[in-house]
Amino acid sequence: MNNSTDIIIIGAGPSGTAAAMILAQAGKRVVLIERGDFSGCKNMFGGAIYTTPTKEIYPEFWNTAPVERGIIRHSYALLGELDGTTISYDKQSSGETYEAYSVTRAKWDRWCAQQAEEAGAVLVKETLVKEILKDGNRIIGVKTDTGEEFFSKIVIIADGVNSILAKQLGFRKDIKPEHVALSIKEVLSIQKEAIEERFNLSDKTGCTYTIIGGPMSGITGMGFLYTGTNTVSIGVGVSLDDLQKNFLKPYDILNELKKHPILSPLLKGATLKEYSAHLIPEGGFKTIPKLYGNGVMITGDAAMLVNNVHWEGTNLAMFSGKYAAETAIEALEKNDFSENTLALYEKKLKNSFILKDMKTYEDVVPTIEKNAEAFLGYYPQKVNEFMDMFTTVDGIEKKTKYTGFISSVFKEKTLPSLIKDGIKLVKLAAGVFVK
Amino acid sequence: MSVEKTTPGNIDEKLSTIKYKPDEKSHLSVINQDKCKDCNKACTFFCPARVYEWDESQQTLIIKYENCLECGACRIGCINQNINWEYPNGGFGVIFKNS
Ligand SMILES: Cc1cc2nc3c(=O)[nH]c(=O)nc-3n(C[C@H](O)[C@H](O)[C@H](O)COP(=O)(O)OP(=O)(O)OC[C@H]3O[C@@H](n4cnc5c(N)ncnc54)[C@H](O)[C@@H]3O)c2cc1C
Ligand code: SF4
Ligand code: SF4
Repeated sequence: MNNSTDIIIIGAGPSGTAAAMILAQAGKRVVLIERGDFSGCKNMFGGAIYTTPTKEIYPEFWNTAPVERGIIRHSYALLGELDGTTISYDKQSSGETYEAYSVTRAKWDRWCAQQAEEAGAVLVKETLVKEILKDGNRIIGVKTDTGEEFFSKIVIIADGVNSILAKQLGFRKDIKPEHVALSIKEVLSIQKEAIEERFNLSDKTGCTYTIIGGPMSGITGMGFLYTGTNTVSIGVGVSLDDLQKNFLKPYDILNELKKHPILSPLLKGATLKEYSAHLIPEGGFKTIPKLYGNGVMITGDAAMLVNNVHWEGTNLAMFSGKYAAETAIEALEKNDFSENTLALYEKKLKNSFILKDMKTYEDVVPTIEKNAEAFLGYYPQKVNEFMDMFTTVDGIEKKTKYTGFISSVFKEKTLPSLIKDGIKLVKLAAGVFVK
Repeated sequence: MSVEKTTPGNIDEKLSTIKYKPDEKSHLSVINQDKCKDCNKACTFFCPARVYEWDESQQTLIIKYENCLECGACRIGCINQNINWEYPNGGFGVIFKNS
């Protein structure tokens, strides 16, 4: 690679690859730097990519991209110690495509990087950016692990949740343990036919689970499950703060979850194909760093752009990459790379679903985290107790049972604390639905 | 919360499914070993790859950097900010193929 170019992008995840492709398509000279052997080999997620946002960047991607199953069902499992209540929403596809697709990052990110390369971007792999180069208060390039220096008019930082580089620039403070969840997952091999039978799926369809309670009862943690073609991914994400304070090992929690009677039959006979770990930004709106400066923009997880209530991240990453690319194109046309011009990037984010959603959800995680004992422990347990009582046939008059259940709640919780929790929930719901 | 404690073997089995290309030099180091002595050793619990182990007889923290999954949890979660944390150089470290 020549030592100077129009745009350098650091990190070939969903954000960096989308930005690179869009810039290359506009005829700009762009270099995309990735530390891994190939794009995706350092990354893991749940996970599924969402069709509506993804197709705006990669039209008809489902025809050529390495997608596995089309998601037709979202289940929410509230687990007790041995019991559980599962709510499922099914929606079969009405057309050619599905609302979301399960993918693995090793294949998906690699495919995205290929699209960028085909558009004309230069992908430099196995190269770690160690330092952002400055001239006064202007960003002018990067320095890599081999000591080489590369220069560009704009640098886009898309290096993911840890974003050592955004921190280096002083654009963001160090992340606090309560602002990230540590996630681990296991990809389990299960025969294709067995997956379809156990999860009630067809040849091409898939499902996901969001899991609350069980071994995560009372701590800020959620489990997830996604079906692949002949694999099932199951994992947990737990607030690092909770792991740290309670001396918990994440894999103990996952082992326990896999043994839960609601889930274990689904995983019968599975063999472990791969274990992995990754952080998820959890700080939300309040932890979004400074997003741009002279000659620089920060996108995706590096900018903490994740809506973790919905396991959404790739869409925010791709779209912030797209907005940064569009802003860079304008800047190149004006030949002005100052903070003033790049402010357009933040404007675009503000006018889009990205910052609007981040704002809508800003209180959800902090409220849940502060009240994990109640919202992720006590109430889910009560749901299961209610279902147990509701479904058991035992010769006790129903009315006596209901009164017994209600008085148990009042025995365990004082009226003021119930009202307080209720208000918190209403506030949260109002914040999300009415804002 | 009822979480059964694993035997160390269990995590080794999980790690054995992962491909690594370890560098000769560690990308992780402790800044001040004395600080670890008085610490609750949280890193030996939350690290998903059990990279950190407290050696009682030597009173030092052992770092099996070859097993690191590069998640960054210890960088943020070390109570004393006592870990010098870097990514491995380009091309080295963990290679996820199926996640
Ligand atoms: C457990 C889990 C489940 C999730 N589930 C979903 C889901 O189902 N759906 C969804 O849409 N989102 C999900 N997300 C969120 C989603 O994965 C992220 O939001 C998304 O990957 C962010 O993309 P990114 O490009 O910003 O960062 P990343 O994907 O992290 O990419 C950053 C890239 O930069 C590279 N890099 C880092 N530093 C350097 C450097 N100094 N030099 C060179 N290269 C560097 C890395 O190797 C990496 O390839 C999940 C996340 C987790 C952890
Ligand atoms: S948490 Fe930090 S200070 Fe404590 S033992 Fe681990 S590395 Fe040392
Ligand atoms: S980065 Fe993650 S896997 Fe590596 S040592 Fe730290 S906590 Fe363990």
